[in-house]
This record gives sequence, C-alpha cells and structure tokens, in this order.
Amino acid sequence: MIGVSNGRFVDMPAFSKLSELPVGTQALVREFPKQGSAFLRLREMGLMPGTSVTLVRTAPLGDPIEVKVRGYNLTLRKSEAEHILVEPTVTTKP
Amino acid sequence: MSAETRSPVGSRTPIYAFVGNPNCGKSTLFNALTGLKQKVGNYPGVTVEKKIGETYSQHGHPIKIIDLPGAYSLAARSPDEAVLRDVLLGRREDTPQPDRIVCILDASNLERNLYLVHQILDLGRPVILALNMMDLAAKAGLEIRVARLEKELGIPVIPCEAANGKGIVELRLAMSRSDLPLAKHAWEIPPPIAPAVSELAASLQENDGKAPLSARAEALLLLTDQDTVRVTGSQPLHPRTSEIFRNWQKRWEGEGTDWAGALVSSRYDAIGKICSRVVERKTNLGPNVSDRIDQVVTHPVWGWVSLAGIMALLFVSIFTLAEYPMNFIDGRIAALGDWVKAAMLPGDFRDLITDGAIAGVGGVLVFLPQILILFLFIGLLESTGYMARAAFIMDRMMSRVGLNGKSFIPLLSSYACAIPGIMATRTIEDHKDRLTTILVAPLMSCSARLPVYLLMMAALVPGERVPLLTKVGIMLLMYALGTFGAFGFAWLFKRTLLKGEPPLMIMELPPYRLPRLRDIGFHMVERAWMFLKNAGTVILAISIVLWFLSAYPRAPDGATPTQQLAQSFAGRAGHALEPVIKPIGFDWQIGIGLITSFAAREVFVSTMGVVFNSEGSSENTLPLRQSLLKASWPDGRPLFTPLVCFTLMIFYVFAMQCMSTLAVVKRETNSWRWPAFQIAYMTGTAWVVSFVVYQGGHLLGF
Repeated sequence: MIGVSNGRFVDMPAFSKLSELPVGTQALVREFPKQGSAFLRLREMGLMPGTSVTLVRTAPLGDPIEVKVRGYNLTLRKSEAEHILVEPTVTTKP
Repeated sequence: MSAETRSPVGSRTPIYAFVGNPNCGKSTLFNALTGLKQKVGNYPGVTVEKKIGETYSQHGHPIKIIDLPGAYSLAARSPDEAVLRDVLLGRREDTPQPDRIVCILDASNLERNLYLVHQILDLGRPVILALNMMDLAAKAGLEIRVARLEKELGIPVIPCEAANGKGIVELRLAMSRSDLPLAKHAWEIPPPIAPAVSELAASLQENDGKAPLSARAEALLLLTDQDTVRVTGSQPLHPRTSEIFRNWQKRWEGEGTDWAGALVSSRYDAIGKICSRVVERKTNLGPNVSDRIDQVVTHPVWGWVSLAGIMALLFVSIFTLAEYPMNFIDGRIAALGDWVKAAMLPGDFRDLITDGAIAGVGGVLVFLPQILILFLFIGLLESTGYMARAAFIMDRMMSRVGLNGKSFIPLLSSYACAIPGIMATRTIEDHKDRLTTILVAPLMSCSARLPVYLLMMAALVPGERVPLLTKVGIMLLMYALGTFGAFGFAWLFKRTLLKGEPPLMIMELPPYRLPRLRDIGFHMVERAWMFLKNAGTVILAISIVLWFLSAYPRAPDGATPTQQLAQSFAGRAGHALEPVIKPIGFDWQIGIGLITSFAAREVFVSTMGVVFNSEGSSENTLPLRQSLLKASWPDGRPLFTPLVCFTLMIFYVFAMQCMSTLAVVKRETNSWRWPAFQIAYMTGTAWVVSFVVYQGGHLLGF
C-alpha cells in the first residue's frame, strides 16, 4: 500500500473540492485559483491557501454554501467553491 | 496663547473619514457622534449615499466627519467601494480629501477587519482605530489587548461599544488631539513584487502627479485592483504608468508569479502576526446564539416557514398599517382642496391650485406610509442580520435568471409598491444586477393595480357579485403573469443588455444582533426625505401637466365633467390613440383612462367614473360597473366585453403606468435613459401580450 512513509505523503494527498466537503468538516485550503476577480475578493475576505475553513451548511436548495473562515461566516456559490481544493483535518460532526 | 487657538489642520475645520467593513457598527458610531447634524445626499454621478456630519471636539471646535460606505477592501468591486477608495485618495473633485481617518473595526472579527485597515495605513495619513463591539468579542471568548495593539501599530486604539454608548467620549477625545502619530507600518512587500511597486510609485509621482506617500499606496492598489470600477471623477492613468504595469504583468505571467494573491497573502501574514500577539482566544464556547438561530432559519423546512412567516408579516403590516395614514393623508388633502375651493374665487388659477398642485402633493405624500413601513422592515431585517439569510436561502432561485439572492427583498417589496422596492436595491453591489432588478421591479403586481383589477373583474362576470373562486383565480393569474414577466425579463436583460461577469454570491453572514431602533429611524427619515425631495418634484410637475391636459381647452359653460374631459387635450389624445389601441379592443374613452392613469394606475378607476359619468368609487364598483356595461362602440357593439375587461387587466399587469416609479428610477439610475427604456419595454410588452390575448380570444369566439 502506498500511503504514509516517515510521516510524509508519497502519493497525492487526499484533496477534495470545498464544494464537496461534508457539513461540519474542518479543512485547510490547499489549492486556490490565481485568476479571476471572484477569487481575489475571496482572498481579500481571508480565504487563501493555508487558511482553515469549516463547512457550516448548505443553503436549503443546495447552493450556495456557508463556511466559517477566520472566525466569521462567509457564503459563496458552489461554482466558485468547486475550484478551491481543501484537505480535511478535523471532523466535529459525524 | 491668544483665544485664537489653532485647530489641528490649520484654521480650517478638520475633516475625518469614517471607514470600516460592513456590519462593524460604523453608522451607529457616526450617529452617536453627529446626532442630527448630518447632511445626506449623493455622490454626483453615482448612486452612492454621501453622508457628512458635524461634531465638536473636546474644546468645542467643529469637526467634519464623512461617513464613507462600508467596504472590505480598497480594491473596489462595487461603486460603494470605488467611492471609498476615491475619496480617501483625494480623487473626487466633489469631496475634500479627509485629513484623518477613523477606522471602525468589529473586535469580534479582528483579522478580516484589519485587512482594510492595513491597506489604509499605506495611505500615510493619521489613523485612529475604534475597536467596536468589545462586548461581543468578550462574549465570543476573545480577549483583546488594546494596549498591545496600540503599541504594535503605534496609533491610538479606542475600545468602544457604540450600541451601548461606550467609548464615544474617548473617541471624541482622540479625535480632538492636535498631534496624531503616524502608524508604524512596517510591512514587507513580497520580494518579486517590491521592485514593481517602486517603479510604479515613481512613475505615478512623476507622470500622474501623485504625492510620494499616496503614490506607493496607489501603486499597491493598482496591483490588486484589476478591473477597476470606474466612477466619475477618477482619472485614467498616464500612458507611461500603464506601460510599466503591463510590462510587469507580462513578466510575472511568464514567471508564474501570482502578484495580486501574493500581496493579499503578505498582508494577511502581517495581520496574523499582530493578531497572535493581541488576541487571546480564551475558550471555544461551542455553537453560539447565531449558530442556533441559523439552525432554524436556514433549515430545509423551517427556513422556508420562517421566511414565509416574516414576509407575510411584512405584507400584512403594509396593507393594514399603511391604510390608516394613507386614508388620513387622502382625507386631509381633499379637505385642503375643498377649503381652498371655498376660499378662492372660481377660475383657472383656483383649479390649478386645487386640482393640479394640491392633488399632486397628495399623490406624492400618499406613498410615504408605505415607504416608511417598508424601510422600517428592511431596516429591521438588515440590522438584525436576517437580510443576509434571506439572500442565502433565495440565491439559488434568483441565480436561475442570472441575479443573486440580494435581489429577492427588493423584488418582493415591489408587490406592495415598486418605489420602496427600487429604493431598496442599493444593497445590491453589482451595478448590472442592481439595474436589472430596478428594471423588472415594476412588473411585480403592486397594490395600485388592485383597484383596476377589481373594477375589471366586476365588469367581467355576469352577476352582481364576483364569485370568490373566480376572483382568487383571476388574481392569482395576474400576480403570476407579473412575476413570470419580471423573472423572464431579468433573464433576458442579464443575457443581452446587461450582460456581465457571472454573478457572484460572496457575502458575509453577520452574527445576529439586536436592532438599533435609533439608526433605523434615521434611515427611514433619510429615505422618506430623499423620496420627497427628488421624486416628489417630478411627480408634482407631471401631476400638473396631466391636470392641464384634462382641464384644457375649456368646454363652454354648463358642460358636464364628462363633456369637458371628452373635448380636453386628454380626450383628443384618447382619439389620437384609438388607432393604436383598437387592435387590443380599447376605444378612445379607455384611451383617456390610459393617459390619465399614467399618474398612478388607480386613477384609471376615477377617470372611468368621469368618462362614463358615474358616481362610483374604488370601494364601490357597482354603479360604475353598470355604466361600463352600458358603454358601446359607435356601431352599438358593447365596449366592455368580458374579453376586453380581461385584456385590460393584462395590459395593466405589464404597462409602465406610474410616473412616481419613473421618477424614482430616474433618481436611482441617474439618467432619464432607463425610465424611458422602462416605458418602452413594459408598455410595448403590454401591447403585444394584450394583442395576442384579444385577437386570440376573438378567434376563439369570446
């Protein structure tokens, strides 16, 4: 099995799309688009590579999503969130 | 020292700018300091509110405060943020550049709030930090070492609780200081970008005539402000500066350097370092009150129930509460008209006063109750934080037509009256989204259409009473037509005329807070005043013109009102209009109604009363119904056949028959172009749909 060796990933780590993060999951932003004014604004709002985010909830109709970042709640659409890759860290809810 | 103490910036009144993120309590602080000494207007050329207030220093010297719109960044994404940037940089000719800046921060959300502060410190002006909502920060388990923050930044930091009136005195004291230190703003610009910043700053200084400090700030801004929101008053860059910028861009693109991202990250790194020394998170308290409320109001089931409940409450209050003051205003205006009629000698001048001016003023004032109540609700929804949740829930539906959730409340409000609905679109940042919302809002069936619908329904059915099911069915159909029309046109406009970037929904969901009634009151009065001052004059003018059209030329003495109207300019215009409206089943008499009800849709009912010489009123449509049913074409065919009544209702669903709305649209879009477009597309659609319905109905044998 290829996986962890000496505490380091040898294979691609398990990144998932922010839009597909289960509710209640905390994650670290790993890959963040460089182009587009929407993503620049998201960075200015504090969401960028290395930031910790928690998916708080999804709107009743499935879009947009609400995340907690730097201690406040932010909403963005899945069309943006699917371009942000995250690495889940802690699960607070099953 | 002489009595002539010098104020901090020479002999002139010092000007402070209040800046901060949305929801940081900036308005509360501004209101607390300035009280009623505020001037609210507009920045010329854009529909961004300009608020300037006055307060006094500790020594009794006047201080001017410009309350700038809330913003997350100086890299503007909306007209609001562009105004903030341009005022701070002294780019606007209509507003003096502020001498000093007070940054208001939400202490419970320090990191993100400090981002804007970090950009502002680049400007090299004296800055005071007002650390607002200290109580909420404490409740959230945060300990903020104010003295440490002061030391880190080297500028005064004032802890406040504006909502409880705490910290106001201390802030005033700090603002009274004649010697404000400049910030220790040691911040390392990322190495690959630093040479570009120096080069751009030099060119900005040399070629664009910027001051040394603001040149650096402008250069930094240029790098993150890719699609600069241009507003009137901002000047284009010197070609040399643009060239330097383009060259660097090319080079970075080749190297794969993400310059804008690197700048933002390095700012947040610097902020992170400050916060790690200043903020101590004592405990993680688990879900707070806001989280618990959100579990209900954004729940897949209860979310809809609460949204529907709140909206139902809003409509019930508008329809029931607004009725009393509206009737009162109607009554007072009528009494005033009668009084003037009795007091003055009969004649043209008296009629101008009573039927033109007083009736026109009444037509303006009668909207006030609805505007006030709606803005009370909007104020409550906004200041508690629910507004953002409604937008969150509705976003998906609105996205189908290319809008975002923020258009929901303005469109919904338009069911009561398009005027406050259109005035409420100011919360939509994106210019094109806002314009689209304004353009389609009057299609939502407003309350002024009800009298027309009711009259036509009465004339439509054979019996004296309209069966309840028929009534409900037809009403629902009319509301559905208007709503689908609005969404259909929004969809069309966002794909053609107002095509822009894909709509975004990047929005903060602020914690729930208790509403600040004082601030809401201020806001309501501002809005009401704005409506009276700007739209009121237009409405008054049009009222007088419409009165003139129906009162002149005078019929010979002894003519009945019906005869007078028939031979007036309005009557002649009705005749002139007949060839156009005959294909949709209307004659010149209905044409008169279409012309006069341009003042407001419900005027159609009273005009029909005059045209067909009936004593009906909008409450009791029965006598008017009899007269309408007797009306006929010259060849004896009945005029108001069920099909014509139905077509007329449909015409009113779509037609732009409201001068007050047009006046407000003119005010909110800053040109007559959009109101003119609105008349064309709405009334054009009304004609086409009516034509299809009437001719189709005819073919089907109705």
